[in-house]
Amino acid sequence: MSEVSGTYTIKGRTGDWELVMGLEIHAQVASKSKLFSGAAVGFGAGPNEQVSLVDAAMPGMLPVLNRFCVEQAIRTGLGLQAQINLKSRFDRKNYFYPDLPQGYQISQFEFPIVGEGEVLVERDDGSSFIVRIERLHLEQDAGKSIHDLDPNATYVDLNRSGTALMEIVSRPDIRAPEEAAAYVKKIRAILVTLGTCDGDMEKGNLRADVNVSVCRPGAYEKFRATGDFGHLGNRCEIKNVNSYRYIQQAIEYEARRQIEILEDGGSIFQETRLFDPTKGETRSMRSKEDAMDYRYFPDPDLLPLVIDPAWVEAIKATLPELPDAKKARLQSQYGLSAYDAGVLTGDGDLAAFFEAAAAGRDAKLVANWTINDLSGSLARDGLTIASSPIPPSDIADLVKLIETDVISSKIARVVFEHMWAGEGAPAAIVEKRGLVQVTDTGAIEAVVDRLIAANPGQAEAVKAKPQALGWFVGQVMKEMAGKANPAAVNAILKARLGV
Amino acid sequence: MSELTSLTLKSALEGLKSRAFSSVELTAAHVATVEAARPLNAFVLETPDKALEMAAASDARIAAGEAGALEGAPLGIKDLFCTRDVRATACSRILGNFIPQYESTVTANLFGDGAVMLGKLNMDEFAMGSSNETSAFGPVINPWKIEGGNQSLTPGGSSGGSAAAVAADLCLGATATDTGGSIRQPAAFTGTVGIKPTYGRCSRWGVVAFASSLDQAGPIAKTVEDAAILLTSMAGHDAKDSTSLDVETPDFASFVGRSVKGLRIGVPKEYRVDGMPAEIESLWEQGIAWLREAGCEIVEVSLPHTKYALPAYYIVAPAEASSNLARYDGMRYGLRAEGGNLTEIYENTRAQGFGAEVQRRILIGTYVLSAGYYDAYYLKALKVRRRIAEDFDRAWETCDALLTPTAPSAAFALGERTADPIAMYLNDVFTVTTNLAGLPSISVPAGVDAQGLPLGLQLIGRALDEATVFSVAGALEKAAAFRSKPAKWW
Repeated sequence: MSEVSGTYTIKGRTGDWELVMGLEIHAQVASKSKLFSGAAVGFGAGPNEQVSLVDAAMPGMLPVLNRFCVEQAIRTGLGLQAQINLKSRFDRKNYFYPDLPQGYQISQFEFPIVGEGEVLVERDDGSSFIVRIERLHLEQDAGKSIHDLDPNATYVDLNRSGTALMEIVSRPDIRAPEEAAAYVKKIRAILVTLGTCDGDMEKGNLRADVNVSVCRPGAYEKFRATGDFGHLGNRCEIKNVNSYRYIQQAIEYEARRQIEILEDGGSIFQETRLFDPTKGETRSMRSKEDAMDYRYFPDPDLLPLVIDPAWVEAIKATLPELPDAKKARLQSQYGLSAYDAGVLTGDGDLAAFFEAAAAGRDAKLVANWTINDLSGSLARDGLTIASSPIPPSDIADLVKLIETDVISSKIARVVFEHMWAGEGAPAAIVEKRGLVQVTDTGAIEAVVDRLIAANPGQAEAVKAKPQALGWFVGQVMKEMAGKANPAAVNAILKARLGV
Repeated sequence: MSELTSLTLKSALEGLKSRAFSSVELTAAHVATVEAARPLNAFVLETPDKALEMAAASDARIAAGEAGALEGAPLGIKDLFCTRDVRATACSRILGNFIPQYESTVTANLFGDGAVMLGKLNMDEFAMGSSNETSAFGPVINPWKIEGGNQSLTPGGSSGGSAAAVAADLCLGATATDTGGSIRQPAAFTGTVGIKPTYGRCSRWGVVAFASSLDQAGPIAKTVEDAAILLTSMAGHDAKDSTSLDVETPDFASFVGRSVKGLRIGVPKEYRVDGMPAEIESLWEQGIAWLREAGCEIVEVSLPHTKYALPAYYIVAPAEASSNLARYDGMRYGLRAEGGNLTEIYENTRAQGFGAEVQRRILIGTYVLSAGYYDAYYLKALKVRRRIAEDFDRAWETCDALLTPTAPSAAFALGERTADPIAMYLNDVFTVTTNLAGLPSISVPAGVDAQGLPLGLQLIGRALDEATVFSVAGALEKAAAFRSKPAKWW
């Protein structure tokens, strides 16, 4: 595996291969009720406790479209810089399964609510690429089949049945496993910022189907020039991958699997595959031959969805600052690096926390404390920035103590630990624990003089080899319980030892 | 007691209001008549206790001066309507002993106006049929017989139970549904009045679905005025049905008896079909003459795409049905057959639960929606549907209502057409057009044929113009003066 001029390639026995990916992201719409029924949506309810007559497909029940879910889809479309289709339609996708009570899923097949758009995605190295969005449509989620409660029975929980999903379909513009993960991260950041999906991948509220194919170098460029999929390899679709790591693993495995088959003279047949995270493999779910005929047709229980352009404008007017704009602003307004600004905007709450703490302070320092110490502690204890026990004002106060030389960065770490332990505001901790930095040169000079007198051999060594000064610095700090201003200690030592 | 059951809804409501009799007396008389009429097989579930309980409550409301528009009037309810705590089967084995925990909007409207429920009425399974012979409970027997004959005749379908029950005075009126003629053809076969209102007038919520874009509820009644009174109660906007029209419901009865002078009545030439009995042809002519005498202007109109209506209907309706009936899978309610795996459970449940005609339509519907056939069948049928609606739009430029026969024949013998589904489908040739176009249409009894069987004429109106339909139907009813009743043989 190597990076050649920015293109991710896999070296095979017969030469280089490139990857082409397109993703279908399923994002649960953040909404208190389902797409076509008044039933509540929520995590943690008992089995089948959030099921209306409509969700259970009782005879004579009819769907009524949830206006708020439509608003969320429009908001998302606007966030993806996509075209909002003022007229769209709901279709039925027919198939039988016990967790699909109606015997069909209401979806948007021919006329989706959102058309083409595009998303700028940042790679880890700070470079970026564009992924074109083909469409976004609204559809119902199915219930859950539970196969492992009883060896001879399957249980069905319909709580999820009828919940609104947005399916966001990308063009095949993703060329590396890391790019796929970065794309999902970016979509997630946009949705979370917009408030249209909570982005909780662990709960499956955001999951991706990954289409993977491989081709020889040059083929993809021909595809882009002509639009002819014939230049690309046959693709396999890996269903329902719900973490960044799994997305990368699944793609890496799947690409190697396809390359091996091709290099052995075989062919790739279009099929649907499942990723098994414990084995790190994909395995076949169903091939194109036994793919179901879903018999899509317009749902006769629903009228075409016609959207007033004034409504779209009203929603547009309430859009929050999106990650791209926010990142640019954080860089220009606070002088942050692209990396720091990117991390902060990856999570809307993190950026808000930063901005609340950064006012009037050294923004770079605030960013470091927010991204490193605070985020690290939150992650360690399984908390989110929104539930942070330390408020932004305390981070601001902590940074202020550093800026004004009351404490050193090193002592600040100690103060932070006490803050995290719930001991209160940083100034109070410093006071209570006596952590105020000693900048009084007289006090430092006294300690320095005593140490030089007590360690003549070490003093000689420093004169011969100035790097050995560190030993004295350590001793002074130790003597002064770490509270001495490091710059002052260095300066005094150097003066006294003449180095 | 027979005096009470022979009343029209209108006169019964007057009697109740003037305290000439109580709802309990009126209901008890009907309960007894229903019991005595079991040979007709019109009811699949009698609910006499519920009926008398509702009647007593009605009497209390009448006494308290809180009577609703239908207070105390006993009605029959087609088994396609879900009524709370009362078994609903759609006359299919697949629903088993399904007892809904909800009330359809239409029956809720009726009961909210004080109507009393006598029980659930027989029908073709899932409303698929034109003779009531596809019912899992066996066919309804038409109360009418050929003069001097004893052969059992069909009451028509799918609302055969509703039509037979009204014709035999088992109830003052009945709910029915019409997807391709299921209200109007049985009304014509039984000498009763049946109206399918404009699509969207009556909520479909709580009515077991057959073909969503065509299904519409309406009443079958003894007179045009009774039908108008019932429809006024049944109709109204319902936010639970996305296709329900948000329009005011006029007092339809106020239009019955109005002058029709100056109205232009269109006679579509395409409705003269080959093989139509001469009696129907002449009854049609008679109907034209009656309306002319009443002051209408008669105009010939053309509905050129009429001949494509039946094939288009038998694509659209089964397509929607094949999807609507997918929910009957044995997983949550109703019949569940055993099987070695999931697919077998589905197959066995649906093979045992659905009758032959329902299975046929599911197969047709599945076929026309399948990849590779969708464009040629389903999409084409939708285009035809559009053309048919345009035919009507053009007709309304020169006329205010259309007059046609309701069905191409009188009631036929049970068993006569069961072997030939196409012959059976041809019953709907004059009625499916208005389902495809969503227009209101009514069947009014206008005479009897040579064998003494009732025949109906159909009036079709503009969308939401039930007012004109009721006015012309009233005039037609008055002129026809149809008073015949079936001789009681049960």
